[in-house]
Amino acid sequence: MSDDSDIEIKPYTINFGPQHPAAHGVLRLVLEMDGEVIDRADPHIGLLHRGTEKLIEYKTYLQAVPYFDRLDYMAPMCQEHAFALAVEKLLGVEVPERGQYIRVLFSEITRILNHLLNVTTFALDVGAVTPALWGFEQREILFEFYERVSGARMHCAYFRPGGVHQDMPAGLAEDIWAWTEGFPAFLEELEGLLTENRIFKQRTVDIGVVSRADAIAWGFAGPMLRASGVPWDLRKAQPYDVYDRMVFDVPIGTTGDCFARYLVRMEEMRQSLSIMRQCLGAMPDGPIKTTDNKVAPPPRGDMKRSMEALIHHFKLYTEGYHVPAGETYTAVESVKGEFGVYLVSDGSNKPYRCHIRSPGYVHLQAMDLMSKGHMLADAVAIIGAMDIVFGEIDR
Amino acid sequence: MALATLDDLGDYLRQLDPDVSDIALRQGELIVQARRGGITRVLTFLRDDANCQFAQLADLCGADYPEREERFEIVYNLLSLKHNQRIRVKVATDEETPVPSVADIFPCATWFEREAWDMFGIFFAGNPDLRRLLTDYGFEGHPLRKDFPLTGYTEVRYDETQKRVVYEPVKLTQDFRVFDFMSPWEGMTTVHLPGDEKAAGRDGEG
Repeated sequence: MSDDSDIEIKPYTINFGPQHPAAHGVLRLVLEMDGEVIDRADPHIGLLHRGTEKLIEYKTYLQAVPYFDRLDYMAPMCQEHAFALAVEKLLGVEVPERGQYIRVLFSEITRILNHLLNVTTFALDVGAVTPALWGFEQREILFEFYERVSGARMHCAYFRPGGVHQDMPAGLAEDIWAWTEGFPAFLEELEGLLTENRIFKQRTVDIGVVSRADAIAWGFAGPMLRASGVPWDLRKAQPYDVYDRMVFDVPIGTTGDCFARYLVRMEEMRQSLSIMRQCLGAMPDGPIKTTDNKVAPPPRGDMKRSMEALIHHFKLYTEGYHVPAGETYTAVESVKGEFGVYLVSDGSNKPYRCHIRSPGYVHLQAMDLMSKGHMLADAVAIIGAMDIVFGEIDR
Repeated sequence: MALATLDDLGDYLRQLDPDVSDIALRQGELIVQARRGGITRVLTFLRDDANCQFAQLADLCGADYPEREERFEIVYNLLSLKHNQRIRVKVATDEETPVPSVADIFPCATWFEREAWDMFGIFFAGNPDLRRLLTDYGFEGHPLRKDFPLTGYTEVRYDETQKRVVYEPVKLTQDFRVFDFMSPWEGMTTVHLPGDEKAAGRDGEG
């Protein structure tokens, strides 16, 4: 008979990724294991590093907008929003009301898009296949709204400094309204699959617990911070555009584990839906981008008749506009948390420095904190609930 | 007690005097210029003082200004959840001089400092883990410096004969083009075009 204490388990290191379906991208995780328990997690990132910040320094402000779609490709419009707000702040440009409503409307569509992806693929990671199939059907409908308004499903370049690129096509508002009427029923069904699901709860409850104090010290934001019980939402605390007119609740988790993160996201989708309906109800008519043609191009029709409009158009799409020297750190409540842009202008038509603060980068850093002492399989649940997208982490 | 405005907060922070050289409010954002040696004291104060409570380091990044004597600027963007305020602290340094690490004060600074080291070559003294973060294993140089070319120095491809990825010097099939978009009819006081001397000459002839 062998005694258990005689068996010596040698600590060893395993490589998780960079090609692993549960790593949500190109994450290489070096795990120091003690048996099946994680001793230390060392994320190696940068496999998707494209030098966005460097590229932006060589582009005009308008040309820099599409790079923001390609950061967190699950939340393109929220990131354009941060950049647009930063440039508008330096320019001192005011966006017309309708433009602000459209931005808020599409920011919330983006939030639902992202949370649907995250919740369902997270469920997929811990063993539930059906939510992903159902959720992606809804996502396709939302992508159609994206496409109708901007021409692209993902890389939309729709929020631009000064407003949005074009007005919503006729009939889109009605179609979005019709969709919002059916979506709560879908959320019910999705919750029915997951919230009381025994397997799902076994995989997520008490996994990756982060205390309130740790969440603040580690720079958490968004659903990750709120799941740990910190009532903080930039849409409420530092409202931008017309968020100050919206009535919504900020869901807070109490346990700070992966299950709480899931619950917070589910409730946020309901709140986003309510914001969307408020936007559609209150949206006024009027211009959708600033009428200052030194920043936003004149309407296409004007260019056919007005020499001045033609010159403005030509100047804007070759030289671009010059932004007064200055610097700003502007942040929005992106789907994953605080997405900030630190923008330095030297007065020329190109940003001098543009640093991007992405929430996923900060969350992934706490991987070691969250996974220590958990089993290897729990690392998958932690990564899933963290909601990471490598486009924004590696930049 | 919270200080109502950023102006008041700016005045309040004057007590950090030897470590803070300049406090300014620009575009509604409070910017504090700190001395390199005092950065840990300033940030600890900002985090712990009852009137500040900047408990979150939202962002830390470098910036390169090659024309300055100390070319690098390290920018700390802090957020106070309690008072709903933001503040920006800046420190200057050059290629050789290390900056004290703030990883002890804000644990999330570790990766931000690694990134600043990777991108700019700013050295942080006391950072527990100052490895490269975003660039390739074995990468040389600091890509976000202004004197680092946009195209980089090396490029990679998969070599079919050697059956592995090879690194080669960058070959550009056309010259790298960068336009300054200097408008010929606005603000060209320093640019001299052929023919401009005629205007001066006519004045001279009277």
